[in-house]
Amino acid sequence: MTANGWIQFAIYCFVLLLSVKPVGIYLARAIEGERTLFDPILRPAESFLYKLCGIKADREMNWREYAFALLGFSVVSMLITYGIERMQAILHLWNPQRLAAVAPDLAWNTAASFTTNTNWQSYTPESTMSYLTEMTGLATHNFFSAAVGIVVAIALIRGIKRTESSTIGNFWVDITRILLWILLPGSILFAIFLVSQGVPQNLNSYTTAHTLDGSTQVIAQGPVASQEAIKMLGTNGGGFFNANSAHPFENPTPLSNFAEILSIFIIPAGLTFTLGRMTGSPGHGWAVFAAMLTFFIVGFAAVYWAESHPIPLLHGFTQTQTTSSPSGNMEGKEVRFGIADSALFATVTTDASCGAVNSMHDSFTPLGGLVVLANIMLGEVIFGGVGSGLYGMLIFVILAVFIAGLMVGRTPEYLGKKIESYDVKMAMLYVLTFPLIILTLAALFVVSPKIGLSSLNNPGPHGLTEILYAFTSGAGNNGSSFAGLNANTWWYNVMLGWEMLIGRFLMMIPVLALAGNLAQKKSVPPSSGTFPVTTPLFAVLLVGVVTILGALTFFPALSLGPILEHLMVQSGHMF
Amino acid sequence: MHSLWKTSIRFSLLFTLILGIIYPLAMTGIAGVVFPKRASGSLIFVKGAILGSSLIGQRFTSDRYFHSRPSAAGNGYDAISSGGSNLAQSNPILINRIQSEIDRLQRQNSVTSVPIDLATASASGLDPDITPDAAYFQVPAVAKARGVSQEALQRLIAHHIQGRQWGVFGEPRVNVLQLNLALDSMYK
Repeated sequence: MTANGWIQFAIYCFVLLLSVKPVGIYLARAIEGERTLFDPILRPAESFLYKLCGIKADREMNWREYAFALLGFSVVSMLITYGIERMQAILHLWNPQRLAAVAPDLAWNTAASFTTNTNWQSYTPESTMSYLTEMTGLATHNFFSAAVGIVVAIALIRGIKRTESSTIGNFWVDITRILLWILLPGSILFAIFLVSQGVPQNLNSYTTAHTLDGSTQVIAQGPVASQEAIKMLGTNGGGFFNANSAHPFENPTPLSNFAEILSIFIIPAGLTFTLGRMTGSPGHGWAVFAAMLTFFIVGFAAVYWAESHPIPLLHGFTQTQTTSSPSGNMEGKEVRFGIADSALFATVTTDASCGAVNSMHDSFTPLGGLVVLANIMLGEVIFGGVGSGLYGMLIFVILAVFIAGLMVGRTPEYLGKKIESYDVKMAMLYVLTFPLIILTLAALFVVSPKIGLSSLNNPGPHGLTEILYAFTSGAGNNGSSFAGLNANTWWYNVMLGWEMLIGRFLMMIPVLALAGNLAQKKSVPPSSGTFPVTTPLFAVLLVGVVTILGALTFFPALSLGPILEHLMVQSGHMF
Repeated sequence: MHSLWKTSIRFSLLFTLILGIIYPLAMTGIAGVVFPKRASGSLIFVKGAILGSSLIGQRFTSDRYFHSRPSAAGNGYDAISSGGSNLAQSNPILINRIQSEIDRLQRQNSVTSVPIDLATASASGLDPDITPDAAYFQVPAVAKARGVSQEALQRLIAHHIQGRQWGVFGEPRVNVLQLNLALDSMYK
């Protein structure tokens, strides 16, 4: 570890902290239809779009209507993406490399993956997807799935805020405003910045270069910057290239790297302020932020520490350790990022459900790999995906308040709402779905040599971790991977596709049900017995609930994977 | 229910048009005007022919050039098949690969200390950079192959070190392709 690495981390935290309030205010204003900078252009566009789509903007929806609209939109847009992938060869448009149609199982997996904000990729993009598919199928879904995540968080906040109301907003209005006011302008600015750092943006066919050493090199190109921008801002994470944000064309400079890491957290962190503002309890927003920040700092310190260690089983040489050559585990890392920026990116991308990578997690030290995997297993609530991080954390808040209520023996309240049996049931449905699908599917694939184990890149406990990581990443809608696993097989494609859909939509529906149920409750004034949700004590309790639930569920699996691998490597064993 | 599907289809198609076609094409137009060189991949032209991209690493095998890091992209620096080795620290394939690379570098320079980036594969397989130490490490070999003085090469490297961006971000590095291009133009 170097002083400069810690300084970069401190700068990152500082800039993130500065961004929370302005971003949170803008998000709240944009979503609630208050006046913003872009109104003169966007207001007319908005009403024109409503007219074309037949949307009645002033009609509020109850939670069932809201959920149906969300599911209907997701099904339709997923089918469109599937269709584009299957037809990319026939359509013959923006396909300079003449790439063939995507195979049915892979097209299914990819359509599910991008619809659910997972962006799991079991293919090599530069040799699989045409520019048309990237732009209209995948990049478009980066916008859609991010917006769907945010609307659910907003609906839940409305449920907390509203009293004796049967409705939680209008899905079409919410998603339109998020797309037009937040994601599109953000992406335009970010894309231009990325091009200024060297990210390509063109529709040219791949370039053939005659290298200095006398061979040829075909260089993949494409409309990278426009997709990279929304990939990061929407915590999607699906790379234009196989190496994702490690590829010099996706992430050319340390500055582009810093901006990309910041853009992952900027909306999820801002949403905590939006929560405080919209519910009229700014302190609560900050308490949730503090709990998230605590996990983030601990996670970064652990990954940075682990990756700074030289590869233990090498021998017979001294590794230079100078200020100009930071040492450590450089397998699967880029020189321009070094250890510190790789550790920071890995922590942030697994805290949030982003899944972009600028280093290869499969080649991390066993403990470094353990931490990034555990980040996802905690439920993607450390800032988390756009929207999904906040509503996931609010589920844990409900549980924390419930547990605090049990301790003092009175009905728990949360921001003036009594938390009753139905609410806790919905919260538990959310919390239990996640480990259930991960552990069931991982167990099935681990015991099957033919469909599960034949895809492994590494033997021994690391192989178990590869499979466990894949299904954790799928259910958590993260999308990063221990990329050695060859997941482009029929079984992995189909089952991961289903898992991502369950991990997204089966967990969203209880959240919307909870929002609907909270909205129709009366508000009760706080009393001396109310557990305050704005205090450091509350933040500590929240951290405790998240940790205990995650640790109890996943510790056995982790002990057979990365923990065992660490102990074996330290005692000089290979597999 | 009927209107839900109708709205979903219209909404999806309209926004696919806006976000999937108009947005990327507009960005392509703007980028091509404002940053034409970067938007088209930072290509390096020598006498009208494309020599490569300053952002994409190349493989060098000749003794007369500084070498890039080992690469797991295709058969090495394959720019349509980017990626890392994805091998684990508990996997003998990785340990043997790195160990034999270290042994080779030690024999070449008859030293015990080796910059680790020269023996490990990058994440993208297209890493254009090596650490300054890794460049200095190769000076004796290149000087011998070219028959030039080591001091001149060290000065050349010092000139090509890119420091941390804004003094703090990232790590110091040397772009191998640009270093070798400078080497060629210095000693024709």
